Amino acid sequence: MFIDYDPVIYSRLLTSLTLGFHVIFATIGVGVPLMIAIAEWMGIKRNDPHYTLMARRWARGFVITVAVGVVTGTAIGLQLSLLWPNFMQAAGHTIGLPMFMEVFAFFFEAIFLGIYLYTWDRFKTKMRHFLLVIPIVIGATASAFFITTVNSFMNAPQGFNIVDGILTDVSPLAAMFNAATPTKISHVIITCYLTAAFILGAIAAFHILKGNKHVYHKKALHLTMVSGIIFAIGTALIGDLSGKYLHEYQPEKLASAEWHLETESGAPLILGGFINDENEISYALEIPYALSILAGGTPDTEVIGLNEFPEEDLPPLWIHYMFDSMVFIGMFLAAVSALFVAMNWKKNWNAFNRPLLWAVVAGGPLSMLAIESGWFFAEVGRQPWIINGVMRTAEGATTSQHVDLMLYLFIILYAVLGITVVVVLRRMFKSNPIEHELEERGFAHKKEDEKEVARR
Amino acid sequence: MSYEVVGITVLWSFLYGYLIVASVDFGAGFFSYYSKATKKNHVIHNIIQRYLSPVWEITNVFLVFFFIGIVGFFPSTAYYYGTALLVPGSIAIILLALRGSYYAFATYGAKESKFYSFLYGATGLLIPASLTTVLTISEGGYISNENGTVELLYRDLFTSPYSWSVVILAIVSVLFISATFLTFYASRAQDTNALKLLRKYALTWSLPSIVMGVIVLMLLRAQNIEHYQNILDIWWVFAISFVLFAVATFLIWKGKKYGTAFILIMVQYLTAFFGYGVSHFPYLLYPYLTIYDGFTSEPMAIALIIAFIGGLFLLIPSLLLIMKLFLFDADYVQGKRK
Repeated sequence: MFIDYDPVIYSRLLTSLTLGFHVIFATIGVGVPLMIAIAEWMGIKRNDPHYTLMARRWARGFVITVAVGVVTGTAIGLQLSLLWPNFMQAAGHTIGLPMFMEVFAFFFEAIFLGIYLYTWDRFKTKMRHFLLVIPIVIGATASAFFITTVNSFMNAPQGFNIVDGILTDVSPLAAMFNAATPTKISHVIITCYLTAAFILGAIAAFHILKGNKHVYHKKALHLTMVSGIIFAIGTALIGDLSGKYLHEYQPEKLASAEWHLETESGAPLILGGFINDENEISYALEIPYALSILAGGTPDTEVIGLNEFPEEDLPPLWIHYMFDSMVFIGMFLAAVSALFVAMNWKKNWNAFNRPLLWAVVAGGPLSMLAIESGWFFAEVGRQPWIINGVMRTAEGATTSQHVDLMLYLFIILYAVLGITVVVVLRRMFKSNPIEHELEERGFAHKKEDEKEVARR
Repeated sequence: MSYEVVGITVLWSFLYGYLIVASVDFGAGFFSYYSKATKKNHVIHNIIQRYLSPVWEITNVFLVFFFIGIVGFFPSTAYYYGTALLVPGSIAIILLALRGSYYAFATYGAKESKFYSFLYGATGLLIPASLTTVLTISEGGYISNENGTVELLYRDLFTSPYSWSVVILAIVSVLFISATFLTFYASRAQDTNALKLLRKYALTWSLPSIVMGVIVLMLLRAQNIEHYQNILDIWWVFAISFVLFAVATFLIWKGKKYGTAFILIMVQYLTAFFGYGVSHFPYLLYPYLTIYDGFTSEPMAIALIIAFIGGLFLLIPSLLLIMKLFLFDADYVQGKRK
């Protein structure tokens, strides 16, 4: 590396590496249980073994991702103390409560996941087994809820006073339910659901594209796309509220994301483009008034510009690209799922046409990319603060001399884990295709099923 | 009881919980690999798999609970231990990550792999060794706190007989606890072959575990005389622990009441672990940090305790349910039910 050893930089790199890797599995971990629950529910309600098998197969793949989610989650939990000891000392005083509760939620989920996976054929009624998935969904969503309040606190800290450098008057609940909490939590949870729907949808679409005509995949695609459009609409609505939150509470983050230089009303929204060292923007697409509408709901809302802030308090301007890709992908996902549902609804249109299927396939990895971009935007957009306006990132970092070595070790670890996960998941489903498993369970492939779907 | 004492008692109890469940898990990994390597024809493999599969994730939570809880109750520990333990802590994370994920890969995903099971067995011994570093440095003498930065003195740590004896104690205890539990589990499964082998393992590791306990105590005298004195003041706690050990080992040797034997051993470690904890009182890190100067604010302490009680109402019934389904369900244990 060409940079001098600086524990702050290496700590930031290692933290973003761990979180960037963990968030892939965390997102799946929050979103997929809900999809499993929906599939199992449909299986019971329609008395359709295809949906039950869908839940079963998704659950089987899910465990593999959970394992990596658990171990990388343990890693980030410990790394917070190892890399940011001063931050954790301050944070323990203010947000120890939600961190503690997150572990409880995770505990609850872990117990029921263990039970769920091993009791498929154990109970007399299917309903009883279905009930076991509910604590998993609740636990997964609750851990996202609690841990996101911690992140919200770092963006909009409250619930304490600082007198001569010492924290006093701590109120754990006020720290948890800060200004950033409502938009942040709802945005995180709904995008996890959206991403899970698209990843599972992409798998189904891919099988159909590869020429697999089994009705199972069509049902899976339909289920995920209907869920997808609902979550996509939710994401758009909440995304709009998040913009209004930023305008109100973190205008420097919004201004950096949008390259909004001068304070003005009727502010335009800037898409794409390049910015040079003198803050001159080229090749960008400008939508008049859009930023004002995004920020305040009216075209004449006054939006604070970058020039109002001292330079040392501003995040890097490349977060603009993160913001743009997140929003673009979000809109793409909404469009694809809407198109699929609309075409499927019209009787003589073919929703299973190749271009649309390819778009769904692309939606899987793209949705994960949007999650990463969104988090990078949110986190880097808070720089140079680790607790916004209270503690600078450099003040929170460790002083240890070995962070660089640890960074390399963890790069190797995540590379190994990442590759193995892909290999294991592929092998798992390739060696046990759906036709084979249905036969094994005594449900042969029926021609009528296909006709029925074609009719619809 | 002050909030500080409540806090440390809660955390210490969870660390004890981790000690038991993780020992069973780590030891099981080692025995599973060892029995394969010595061509014992997977005698005990099924037993181990049947127990571990539904619970491996829960084991991990006990550990997470402890290190998140300690930052909540005693935020200053993050400053001292966090700075000093970057390297051993990171190594422990890497080992835990490899172990957890490869266990899942092997169990749910791929076919049997020798490499996976070696990884699983080896990490089972290395993780307790790396985790005990924390207990060792809490005795003082391995950390410098100068020029405003905390540093771990690696040379002192690696050349210290005390730190090595703690590592050995941890490993033999892991093997002993695990073997006694698996003996009990095999007897419930009515798997005579597995039972025979595991009983042998349990007896093999019984003596080393108690001997190492005594050696560590002797070496502690040189490391931290104050702590050593405190231990002598409550010598009867450790005497009880020893009696429990003797009775349990006798039962296993006689070949009866394996369940009772395992419970006695759990209580043996409970008394020893809490005896150790109480005599360490009030230091979290000798001599820099006590439970009083590192404590969180009162409203946070109350909130944490309320959350803890609420959490227990959720956890205890769930844990009982999973035990009922997988530990005390004779059909499941015997493999008649999936």
